[in-house]
Amino acid sequence: MKASRTTRIILAIIFFGLLATPLVIKQVSARREEAQAKLDEAQALARYGFHLQEVSQQSGIHFTHQAPTLDAKLDGIMPEVASMGASVSIVDFDRDGWPDIYVTNSATGTQNHLYRNLHDGTFQDVAAQMGVADVNQSGTGVSMGAVWGDYDNDGYEDLFLIKWGKPELFHNDHGHGFTRVTDTAGLPPWINANTAVWLDYDCDGLLDLFVGGYYPENLDLWHLKTTRMMPESFEYAKNGGRKYLFHNLGNGRFEEVSEKVGINSTRWALAASAADLRGTGYPDLFVANDYGVSELFLNDGGHFHEAGAATGVGFAPKSGMNVAYGDILNQGKYAIYVSNISQDGVLIQGNNLWVPRDGESSLKYENLARDMGVELGGWSFGAQFGDLNNDGYLDLYLTNGYISLSRNRSYWYDFSRVAGGNSKIIADAADWPAFNGRSLSGYQQKKVWLNDGAGRFIDVAQAVGATDIYDGRSVALADLWNRGVLDVVVANQRGPLLLYKNTVSPGNQWIEFSLAGTKSNRSAIGAQVTLYWNGQHQVQEVSGGSGFAAENDRRLHFGLGKNPQIEKAVIRWPSGKVQTMENLAAGKLYNVTEAE
Amino acid sequence: MSQSVSAAQPAEPEALWKQFFSPSNRYLSPIFISIILLVGQLSYGILESYTRTLLAIVTAILAEVILSRICFGKWPNITSAYITGISVGILVRSPAFWPYALCALISIMSKYVLRVHDRHIWNPSNFGIVIMFVLASGTVAGLSIQWGNFVLPMVVIWTLGSAIIWRVRRFHICATYVASFLFFALLRSWITGDPWRSEISPITGPMYQLFIFFMITDPRTTVRSKTGQCLVAFAVAAVEMLFRLHQAVYAPFYALFLVGPTAMLLEMWMDARRTRVLVAHA
Repeated sequence: MKASRTTRIILAIIFFGLLATPLVIKQVSARREEAQAKLDEAQALARYGFHLQEVSQQSGIHFTHQAPTLDAKLDGIMPEVASMGASVSIVDFDRDGWPDIYVTNSATGTQNHLYRNLHDGTFQDVAAQMGVADVNQSGTGVSMGAVWGDYDNDGYEDLFLIKWGKPELFHNDHGHGFTRVTDTAGLPPWINANTAVWLDYDCDGLLDLFVGGYYPENLDLWHLKTTRMMPESFEYAKNGGRKYLFHNLGNGRFEEVSEKVGINSTRWALAASAADLRGTGYPDLFVANDYGVSELFLNDGGHFHEAGAATGVGFAPKSGMNVAYGDILNQGKYAIYVSNISQDGVLIQGNNLWVPRDGESSLKYENLARDMGVELGGWSFGAQFGDLNNDGYLDLYLTNGYISLSRNRSYWYDFSRVAGGNSKIIADAADWPAFNGRSLSGYQQKKVWLNDGAGRFIDVAQAVGATDIYDGRSVALADLWNRGVLDVVVANQRGPLLLYKNTVSPGNQWIEFSLAGTKSNRSAIGAQVTLYWNGQHQVQEVSGGSGFAAENDRRLHFGLGKNPQIEKAVIRWPSGKVQTMENLAAGKLYNVTEAE
Repeated sequence: MSQSVSAAQPAEPEALWKQFFSPSNRYLSPIFISIILLVGQLSYGILESYTRTLLAIVTAILAEVILSRICFGKWPNITSAYITGISVGILVRSPAFWPYALCALISIMSKYVLRVHDRHIWNPSNFGIVIMFVLASGTVAGLSIQWGNFVLPMVVIWTLGSAIIWRVRRFHICATYVASFLFFALLRSWITGDPWRSEISPITGPMYQLFIFFMITDPRTTVRSKTGQCLVAFAVAAVEMLFRLHQAVYAPFYALFLVGPTAMLLEMWMDARRTRVLVAHA
């Protein structure tokens, strides 16, 4: 080497400085996290404008989810293959103006719960009384989720039960009970699904139903003929369940039309949600797939074409587990949040925040999750957008954590070596090493990302009281006690149902809309409200299912910030009608019926 | 990874394809790894992003040029830096940009700073990647599942890789490593009771092939004799087994990180001793 001794010493110093760089960056990040340490309620309110308090026990909710136990051939990896089923959906099933809560259980013989809102801060389980509790009987499969929609337009929300097993449809008998109508509806005998969405895909005023299969529908997970039932690839699997689109014929019957209308996929769907992404008046359908790319089915007036790759959302394969829409920049356009897996040092897929690009002739998205600070959320599951502090910008609540067993022993090593191997190996459950009580991305801290309105989200979960570390699956937002704030309900796998009651600092205003269709479907699913205030506008859409195995309150909640000057609200119904409301006042819930 | 083509040797007139696949073609490895990158990206989208990979390549090349000028006063051949950069770009997975630049920089600098008897003893990209895995695990992971789980990509890599590695006379290293890995996989299965197919699973994935064809065959950081090279490959697999028994996800990288320099130092020590003996006898 020609370099002088001094030069070599300088180079060595620089080199060892570079080696120390990751450690310095780690230290800085740790300090930042410390600065967001737990705050008391007053401090959280002062700093972030809201505080969450977990009140399930005080509210009379004592529910703990039980996971399924599948065929004994899967015993070794039961924690993994039976890792889903906890779900929550919000519905006002008795139309008393107060949101109720439906939660699923997933062990054979267990009961689902329907918590009726008693208007005094408490809930009462009326599932058995209403006939929607005992739905996990042996031989029929177990519950994975539920979505509500008024398929017969009688004014009461009906229940579709998502199962690994026999899917069930229950008709709501005017809030007094439910009648099982599965057999007359024409649903298939068995689907292993984790997601379903009510939508009126052809805008005929009748709600249709999309169901996304996860495991193939020919598998009875309790009586397996083979252990070759795992995905053939960790990121390119196409051996999952098929997709269904049930067209509502209007006489209580449904016709399966998926292939006819262009939905044809056997990827492993975990989450789906519909929204009109192009302003065509027809709902598009986004499907987040585990073990592969997402799919975006754009609706061309009752017929779909898959545009995942063309729009940019379907190129990089990950482990999609959530679909939520939110107009995060108050520009009248939806961003789409898809959750994935991130585990320090092993697998950093990063969650996706798909934001529509400006100035494109056709719909194109770019992933701004990293730029906006919502990329890393551990083994992420359900997430929902909602204005948690009523400051006028949509925030993001994310739950996470996959399998929390041993605190000291991890399954990641075994997981990674099999997941990276040949498809013959990964696809056979017999080739997966046994869990033996080990965790896989367990005991994770949740994320409550506060939108600063300028393109950045900051995590305030620990500071505002979202401190649980259960294996979160499903998140739903609702103004549970009609106070003008969004509360958070979280369903945890093998864990308790959590109710985070929200307290928002006084001063920030709100407005809510409860819509009822006439020509459009009665649930008003697909109706869009664009609210104009203080020189900005935000669009929200009534959804028939979003997040992971979840459904938010049907009512649309807008935070307005301080001293709002509301200009108008423009409602676009699925029928195509546009209704404009002026002279609106903050702090009120508006019940709006579609003009005849 | 670094160039797997050994130093130029006297060549006789040969057919064009033979010239291309000859050990003296120093562009063979860069071309091979570029093809792998392109095929992987176009078919599976294996990269975190083009820009991140480009950042790693540019950083590596710039660092090589600057350090070569400073340390040796000459313009370097940049094929080695290109391979290091591209390796970092493929193997490092991070949502951030800085790990790509930092890893490439550390990899190249290790060649100039960590030297014994004026030779660098670590495979540059192996060194950089291991440092990132250990010190920046919160931001960095390794490539694992991004190339699918199907047999076709592996067949393509093995066909191309074997042909090239055979021509450059290093196939024995790959073969020894694979045989040793399989032996130790079965031994691990016997020890742990895990399914034997789960133990051989890693080597059935296409990404492992990059390690086999590029890292352990690097001529600059392995010993000279054929027997020694086979012993080193065997030792890498053996140490890898120990890491695997302790459930280290990146066991092969760690094993090479330890075994490679140890073998080099051992060879230097043996050379020195041999020289001393010869001098004494003279």
